[in-house]
Amino acid sequence: MTEPMTGIGGSPARVGGLGRVTGAQLYLADLLLAGALHARLVTLDCARARIISVDAGEALRLPGVHLVMTADDLPQPVPRFGPQNADRPVLASGETKYHGEPVALVVADTREQAEAAARAVRVEHEELPAVFTVAQALAPDAPLVQDQALRGSDPRAGTNVLAEHRVGWGDPDLAAAGADLVIERRHTFPMVTHFAIETHACAAAPDGDGVAVWSTIQHPNWLQRIIAGLTGMPLSKVRVYAPDPGGGFGGKQHTKYEPAVVFAALRLGRPVRLVLTLEETFQAVRRASCEARVRTGFHADGRIAFQDIEADYLIGAYTDIADRVVGKGSYPAAGPYNVPAVRIVARSVLSHTVPSTAFRGFGNPQVNWAVESTLDEGADALGIDRLEIRLRNLAKRGDAFIPFDTPCDGDWEQTVRIAAERIGWGTPLAEGRGRGIALGIKSGPTTGLSYSIVRLLADGSVVVYAGTSDMGQGARTVFAQIAAQELGAPLDWVTVVMGDTAIVPYDQQTSASRSTVLMGNAVLLACRQIQDRLRAMAARLHDVDEAAVTVDRGLVRLPDGRELTVLEVLKPGLGKLGGELTGLGESRKDAEPGHPLGGAPAFFEFNCTAVEAEVDRETGDVTIVRHVTVSDVGKALNRLQVRMQDEGAAIQGLGHTLMEQYIYDDRGRVRNLGAIDYRIPTSMDLPLELVSEMVENGDGPGPYGSKGMSEGALLCVASAVGGAVREAIGVPIRDLPLTPERVWRAIQEAAAQDDNTAAGERGEETQR
Amino acid sequence: MTDVLPIEVTVNGRRRTVSVAPHHTLLEVLRDDLALTGTKECCLVGECGACTVLMDGRAVDACLVLAVEADGTGILTVEGLARPDGMLSPLQAAFLEKGAVQCGFCTPGQLVAAHALLGEHPHPTRVEIEDGLAGNLCRCGCYQQIFEAVEAVAGTAEAPGGAVAPATAEADR
Repeated sequence: MTEPMTGIGGSPARVGGLGRVTGAQLYLADLLLAGALHARLVTLDCARARIISVDAGEALRLPGVHLVMTADDLPQPVPRFGPQNADRPVLASGETKYHGEPVALVVADTREQAEAAARAVRVEHEELPAVFTVAQALAPDAPLVQDQALRGSDPRAGTNVLAEHRVGWGDPDLAAAGADLVIERRHTFPMVTHFAIETHACAAAPDGDGVAVWSTIQHPNWLQRIIAGLTGMPLSKVRVYAPDPGGGFGGKQHTKYEPAVVFAALRLGRPVRLVLTLEETFQAVRRASCEARVRTGFHADGRIAFQDIEADYLIGAYTDIADRVVGKGSYPAAGPYNVPAVRIVARSVLSHTVPSTAFRGFGNPQVNWAVESTLDEGADALGIDRLEIRLRNLAKRGDAFIPFDTPCDGDWEQTVRIAAERIGWGTPLAEGRGRGIALGIKSGPTTGLSYSIVRLLADGSVVVYAGTSDMGQGARTVFAQIAAQELGAPLDWVTVVMGDTAIVPYDQQTSASRSTVLMGNAVLLACRQIQDRLRAMAARLHDVDEAAVTVDRGLVRLPDGRELTVLEVLKPGLGKLGGELTGLGESRKDAEPGHPLGGAPAFFEFNCTAVEAEVDRETGDVTIVRHVTVSDVGKALNRLQVRMQDEGAAIQGLGHTLMEQYIYDDRGRVRNLGAIDYRIPTSMDLPLELVSEMVENGDGPGPYGSKGMSEGALLCVASAVGGAVREAIGVPIRDLPLTPERVWRAIQEAAAQDDNTAAGERGEETQR
Repeated sequence: MTDVLPIEVTVNGRRRTVSVAPHHTLLEVLRDDLALTGTKECCLVGECGACTVLMDGRAVDACLVLAVEADGTGILTVEGLARPDGMLSPLQAAFLEKGAVQCGFCTPGQLVAAHALLGEHPHPTRVEIEDGLAGNLCRCGCYQQIFEAVEAVAGTAEAPGGAVAPATAEADR
């Protein structure tokens, strides 16, 4: 067996992996906070209700109970917060807006006591009319979800449309007149949830004259800002500890119940911890469902004449980051194609449901499902192969396929051709099977700011400070690889410190597949600064011209050709006092005020997914026989991790494609909370064969030519599987998930239609 | 106050006596009373497998076992997989090498379930592995890598083309 390469492009074992296989890794719920009290949420068994009164008398008499905190116990008016709009109250104020919204926080000595007390809190309430679907929310007489005072001068106040995002170029109506084929289709995408195996959790404690907060959060600095704002403390007095999350997928980006726990801890003067159940986590985060109408025009040769896309995303009762999801996710909805005329209208529709938030793919999978599936139907109507029609329209490197945006930044055709080849596109299919191919595109980060401090210690070992959250994607490993490469340290001599805002410098966020690029560049720049200092040291020690000294992969080269190790320069350079060399890297992507997204993306994530599926006509069960996912990653810094991320994203995509969905009852209660009734892919649900490939042309903006990755392989899974199922059964299904029941019904309806058609044809014949 | 009952369990080879409430689960005893937090809590209804431990050699969901039911049994948790000198078990090492760990939260349960599987089927087929680990959810989706790690330890890894690698086949004889 060959030794795994640990350098850039190799597959070193995960940094932090040891603790994860021995049980030593401490996730938030594993932390022992001395004297910590336990908190539970009090919620109602309905969606929207007016809170008439809260009687905590009985609860407070129970043993061990310290506090029952409601909105009335908070500063008035009740503090509100949110990453986009400050519309979410710390605790429900006056009215609950969705099933699971906390009315009160109960704090007791033990979790059991807190649970008992939470059950004993009596909330007198009156259930109110509410909206749980796009149609209900948009009805003329619909109850309004948001307090109108929060909408201010918003022209859409008085409706449940929080915002409308319009993008376009060319004239689709004019283009329609010149098109040879126009088809219009409506597709729906379900509400699904992140289901990180680690449920969400947080804790808070007074910390001198400040406060310490622990959270499973992906964005510790953003949480710090929100807590500082709510408590009036300076940032320096809010210390956020963010241990590595046990999975995030976007769900852990933004603040939820941390403020309530902070207020309770400050009030009691003691540490308070809140670990949500899985059911409560379902009621805290989900992906926006979507209803999309797509009208696509084609020329006879398959060129797309125009795209006219309307997408209504059903967001929840508070904005969270949902409206950004809608705006950014719908922006590249016309896909990676050169389309001369495009109109995209995407709306954020408020409802009395769980507030939707970021989720891997960030609003793109919803519209991808609608647009790519419509493209398939158009190709078939034109008699053009589905792969061929994509290649004919696909943007080439440098094409401004979205005007005034980042041009096509990869050899995308290469990616598509590999996927087509690996799925055996165009080869004969077995009975009952079909193939699908789809392309996914997602805008990378549009703004960003990451700092990293790197310290080269006296013995040549390295400490990297990086505020990224390592929630499984392996950021820690990648940063360690960069530092090891640049400073010549063995990988296991590098320590990466994350997740403590009092120690680690600012990072904007861990999202949009940004960290390898943005934080990676910050780490790289910090290392290069240290290299500069090593060069100066070498020049001083050897009395040579500094400009003529080079540092490469841990070797310092003098002008006369001599090569010294970093340590051979560092030790004498530091001298008797020892010490260290430090570097500070700053990686910044400034906003572009004129751009509809606030900035053009740093890169695109591009993926082609191709699948072969077999449908059991008796049961409607879909088996993915082969699933090929190919991503353009620029440069894989860690091949194994790239593969894990892509295959993981593919499997996660199969969840919303085949099985996952929230089921609401007519009172807006989620009926399938928890692991029994909400199914995610298990080891039994995998494709019989899952193949992932990566395209590496070194053309990304990150270290060594890398691009961000790890969302790409999820973007178009549904579209590819949908295409395969359509070919297998002969009819399209335009609603996800493709459950056995839905597929079976489609087969039955198609058969019934065939019978009718056949009967009709026979009838004609008889008449003749 | 709730009555408490004394139970005696041998956890990772060490005998422990704990006073437990009748309704407390083995998971609570492990995490809260014995501070063995490697065993994880997620769904609490026996669906996710994050709390998988071995009870007298059989894989169980610790969230579904009452502490009193564990009285007199031997429990193996993730903390007991490595050798006493700290050397990783072949399965733990294979998980790291094959990339079977992403966020790591389900990993303790996966490792213990895989350990039990290999106890029952020292050379499991791919189907036996899929069945054996069907009760352990991994949302990061490392299933393929987990299978590969189990196969590497069992010596059943398929060489390209589907044949068993010769070296492994030899070792099996």
